[in-house]
Amino acid sequence: MGNSTSNTLAFVDDFDATRPGLPGADLSWLKDIREAGIERFSDLGLPTPKLEDWKYTRLRPLEDTVYQPITEEDGMAVIDHVPSLLPDPGGRPRLVFVNGRMRPSFWIVGDLPDGVHLEYLRDVLMHTPEWAEAHIGRLHGDAEGQSLVALNTAMMDSGFVLRVDAGVKVEQPLEVVFIGGLTDHPVAYFPRNLIVLGEGAEATVVKHYVGMGVGAYFANTVTEIDIGEGARLNHYKVQAETLDATHLSTTHVHVAKDATYEYFNLSIGGRLSRNEVSVRLEGEGAHAGLNGAYLMRGSEHCDNTTMIEHLAPHTTCREIFKGVLDDQSRAVFQGRIIVRKEAQGTDGHQLCKTLLLSTGAEIDVKPELEIYADDVKCSHGATTGQIDETALFYLRSRGIPEALARNLLVQSFLGEALDEISNEEVRLAFTDKVLHWLPAACFLSEEWRDV
Amino acid sequence: MLEIKNLHVSVDGAEILKGIDLSIDPGEMHAIMGPNGSGKSTLSHVIAGRDGYEITGGRIIFQGEDLTGMEPEERAAKGIFLAFQYPVEIPGVANTTFLKEAVNAIHRFKGEDELDAMQFVKIMRAKTKELGISDDMLKRAVNVGFSGGEKKRNEILQMAVLNPTLAILDETDSGLDIDALKIVAEGVNKLRAPDRSMLIITHYQRLLDYIVPDKVHVLAHGRIQRTGGKELALELEENGYAEFDEAVA
Amino acid sequence: MVATTKTVEQVQELADDKYKYGFVTDIESETAPKGLNEDTVRFISAKKNEPEWLLEWRLKAFRHWLTMSEPKWSKVTFPPIDYQASYYYSAPKGTDDGPKSLDEIDPELLKTYEKLGIPLKEQEFLSGVAVDAVFDSVSVATTFKVKLEEVGVIFCPISEALEKCPDLVKKYLGTVVPYTDNKHATLNSAVFTDGSFVYIPPGVRCPMELSTYFRINAKETGQFERTLIIADKDSYVSYLEGCTAPMRDENQLHAAVVELIALDDAEIKYSTVQNWYPGDENGKGGIYNFVTKRGACRGRNSKISWTQVETGSAITWKYPSCILQGDNSVGEFYSIAITNNCQQADTGTKMIHLGRNTTSKIISKGISAGRANQTYRGLVKMSPKAEGARNFTQCDSLLIGDQCGAHTVPYIESKNKTAIVEHEATTSTISEDQLFYLRQRGIPAEAAVALVVNGFCREVLQQLPMEFAVEAQKLVGISLEGSVG
Repeated sequence: MGNSTSNTLAFVDDFDATRPGLPGADLSWLKDIREAGIERFSDLGLPTPKLEDWKYTRLRPLEDTVYQPITEEDGMAVIDHVPSLLPDPGGRPRLVFVNGRMRPSFWIVGDLPDGVHLEYLRDVLMHTPEWAEAHIGRLHGDAEGQSLVALNTAMMDSGFVLRVDAGVKVEQPLEVVFIGGLTDHPVAYFPRNLIVLGEGAEATVVKHYVGMGVGAYFANTVTEIDIGEGARLNHYKVQAETLDATHLSTTHVHVAKDATYEYFNLSIGGRLSRNEVSVRLEGEGAHAGLNGAYLMRGSEHCDNTTMIEHLAPHTTCREIFKGVLDDQSRAVFQGRIIVRKEAQGTDGHQLCKTLLLSTGAEIDVKPELEIYADDVKCSHGATTGQIDETALFYLRSRGIPEALARNLLVQSFLGEALDEISNEEVRLAFTDKVLHWLPAACFLSEEWRDV
Repeated sequence: MLEIKNLHVSVDGAEILKGIDLSIDPGEMHAIMGPNGSGKSTLSHVIAGRDGYEITGGRIIFQGEDLTGMEPEERAAKGIFLAFQYPVEIPGVANTTFLKEAVNAIHRFKGEDELDAMQFVKIMRAKTKELGISDDMLKRAVNVGFSGGEKKRNEILQMAVLNPTLAILDETDSGLDIDALKIVAEGVNKLRAPDRSMLIITHYQRLLDYIVPDKVHVLAHGRIQRTGGKELALELEENGYAEFDEAVA
Repeated sequence: MVATTKTVEQVQELADDKYKYGFVTDIESETAPKGLNEDTVRFISAKKNEPEWLLEWRLKAFRHWLTMSEPKWSKVTFPPIDYQASYYYSAPKGTDDGPKSLDEIDPELLKTYEKLGIPLKEQEFLSGVAVDAVFDSVSVATTFKVKLEEVGVIFCPISEALEKCPDLVKKYLGTVVPYTDNKHATLNSAVFTDGSFVYIPPGVRCPMELSTYFRINAKETGQFERTLIIADKDSYVSYLEGCTAPMRDENQLHAAVVELIALDDAEIKYSTVQNWYPGDENGKGGIYNFVTKRGACRGRNSKISWTQVETGSAITWKYPSCILQGDNSVGEFYSIAITNNCQQADTGTKMIHLGRNTTSKIISKGISAGRANQTYRGLVKMSPKAEGARNFTQCDSLLIGDQCGAHTVPYIESKNKTAIVEHEATTSTISEDQLFYLRQRGIPAEAAVALVVNGFCREVLQQLPMEFAVEAQKLVGISLEGSVG
């Protein structure tokens, strides 16, 4: 600690000065875990490619840019509209953060059933600190690469809490929008999100990380999710950050008996992004569906790292990630499935397919099966390649212009992943995002959408 | 030949067979019919010695010997053959390799000389010809990529080669169209012999249009509810198994 | 078909004789002083009358080795190796001057190889296979030498090649596996003792299989052989390697290096049946098999094909790889790895595509039983210049019993949009249905397992030359003994 090497961050040194401004400054337990977090981060430093889990992702933007923790002022940046992902936000519950600061003026409380609590972390720390104490930092493990979690624990300044009581089901998707950028100097913010579902509860959360304007920023988010027996969480995320943004996210999920966790991450923007999800299937019959799509261009770098650990009998998982890389962009997929001895009868399947659209794009894939039980059915598949020339020719021979044909093939390629989104409204919204990402010159007209 | 006395069988603590009595004489063909879940397949598996079934009472006597506690391969060597409802795929192992292993394992068990490659090929040729099965099937991996009909014909071929004393056909008709059913039935009929008994397990009567049994038993709720001649099968075709549901309820 | 029958017999016969190669030959040996320092390196080099440049190369390697740490990324665990507790040179007395004519060889040695099934007496030579027999640190005999010389093929111990064709050795040694490569390979570069050298001249199709049989006999001795095979333009060679060692309670280190070079239109087929002593049921003893094997397809249309059957060793750490430099060159890797009891294996391959239209194929079949742990680890890399390159990988694991582990860790890196990589992996177990089906047809349980496993491995077994295929099939059965309850 002390000198600002490439392995740490400048503001860590000034932690004592930053701390009083962070939420819950008067809570002694929180002070303790923040202290422990900063110490641990100082010990570990930022992850480097020397760590096996970070082999393919180097945090270069954090080495060459000096970030400052956000101030109230950064959080008050003027925005003229909230880029909601879902159409007609009307009475739909929505939380909005700008540069890590909550903006109550954009908050839509919405019409939530009894037993559903969607709140700002700051408010939870203020009104129900004992609940926060019992839930923050309970789920993540102690792995070597966890320095980013430690950093978040020390610095957490924003985020939301979703609690759904036992047996309560919320049908409408709950949206949380994180807006970054719009500052004149590089800033860093640290959302900490907690989602706790009681027995038999059901909810759908859509997190929308979106960058606006110019200005470098670094978002380091941690989400802790606890899904009770027989409960179901649909957890969707769009990461549409700017070309100056670094987005690092860690999600830890515990899934109890007969519960289901469905995750979809759509990465369509960010100079450097990494979405790390680790799921523990702890009770018999638990299921995880981890899916995603990454669409990169320019010199963007996107890393999806997932881990699913089967700890109980008859747990299942299914994973589909699809990527499309243009220009000099680069993507990484690391997917690990671990089957512990107790997890007999596990069924796990993983697939990762990537299309390279340009010379200069790069994909690095590392699927991994680690299996200690014998009565299992596990598989993974991975492919990389370019658009199928035969299919392209086929479409063109039917009169479809080449650019449109390419778009169509990319869309059909991504369809297999997008189809995994069980919430129809969200699936359509995500598909729309994908369509908008495709080269505009040959944007698909409405009638093409259902092809 | 086969004598089952008051057989009780449980799976995971639940009693599936609740006192079966059945006696088959040499050369006889018996059919067991019954609704789904009546315990038909359990009976065939227990006779063949599959793990996972607990015999809680009664005995199975085959040619004067108690089978209880015998390994499946020992029973096979003594002449019991089970044609599976769902024949299993063994990737990478050619049908001939598999059959030769089986034939020679049985020879060794009986203390007989093993067949050399030539002798074996001769037998195979004779059997495939007799049953009208193409040699092509022999070279392919056991049941891998076989159609439903091919799998069942393969079972009949194996029966012909292994030459059992008691053949149990477990739902051999399931998943077959009428043409395939005829071919399989023809194979079974060719293999009828005075010293060979057969036990046919089926849900439907239609197989019995082509294979005519000496006796028909109705199995429901773990017990044999009725025994009769081949006309019983027709009766069942007409009335279904409802009668037996009520009988117990 | 015949072979599977034999597997069955073997399983039955060998119930009490699990590792039949575990005997020790009682022979007087000459050894270097125990331990490892520059003097050890000089001693070995002097024993072999090596040229100055090679001694310098060895010393450079040794000095570099001192600065290196062991590779940490593999999924194997073992206590730190005490490099000073081993002998680095051990040769049967009287073999100083390299192999002599066959009738001068110590009869004890001849007997040993006979017992291993490798007769070295002229009238009993294995037909169609030329054998280089390496015993601890030296080559004791090479068969069919004269016949091979007639067609210009050089097949001899590497120490002999240094006298016969020093320029060839100097030109290629260390060019595929540099002395800085990894700690084990660097150690080998410093202290390698013997190994085979093969040179196939342009346009020659080697008339017989070439084979080296490695035998570790002395205790507390490591084996560090180095093999160098060069297939000149438009030539072909098939090379086989076999290995065994006595049963000893200590762990012995085997750190070999194999370098293959294929020039334009040349093809090298390299097959290994590795059956080093695996240690006992509780993991005591056994060989640490830390081997670096790499082939360079330097020429256009060249091809290198690795086939391995890995059943022995306490720990296997091995990644036979191909560097596909020449346009249209082909790399293949076929592997069966079986781990039982307490064995550990971390094995796989690297296919580095540099040239245009290069293709590679990886078929890996891993079987884990007992308390063993096995990892497939592989890298497929498509460089920006590998236009039109293609890889296909199929990687299957079979678990027998609930105490073992099977892991799959492929790395795929592609920087070329026209390159296609396809990877598939599965993990499963032998199903109860399969076992019951086979047993219902009269096949006993252990034979049924051997049959299913042989079927599972079939695609790889088919790649082996006939003589080895039979041996390998037997091994599959034997290695899994006691794995079904």
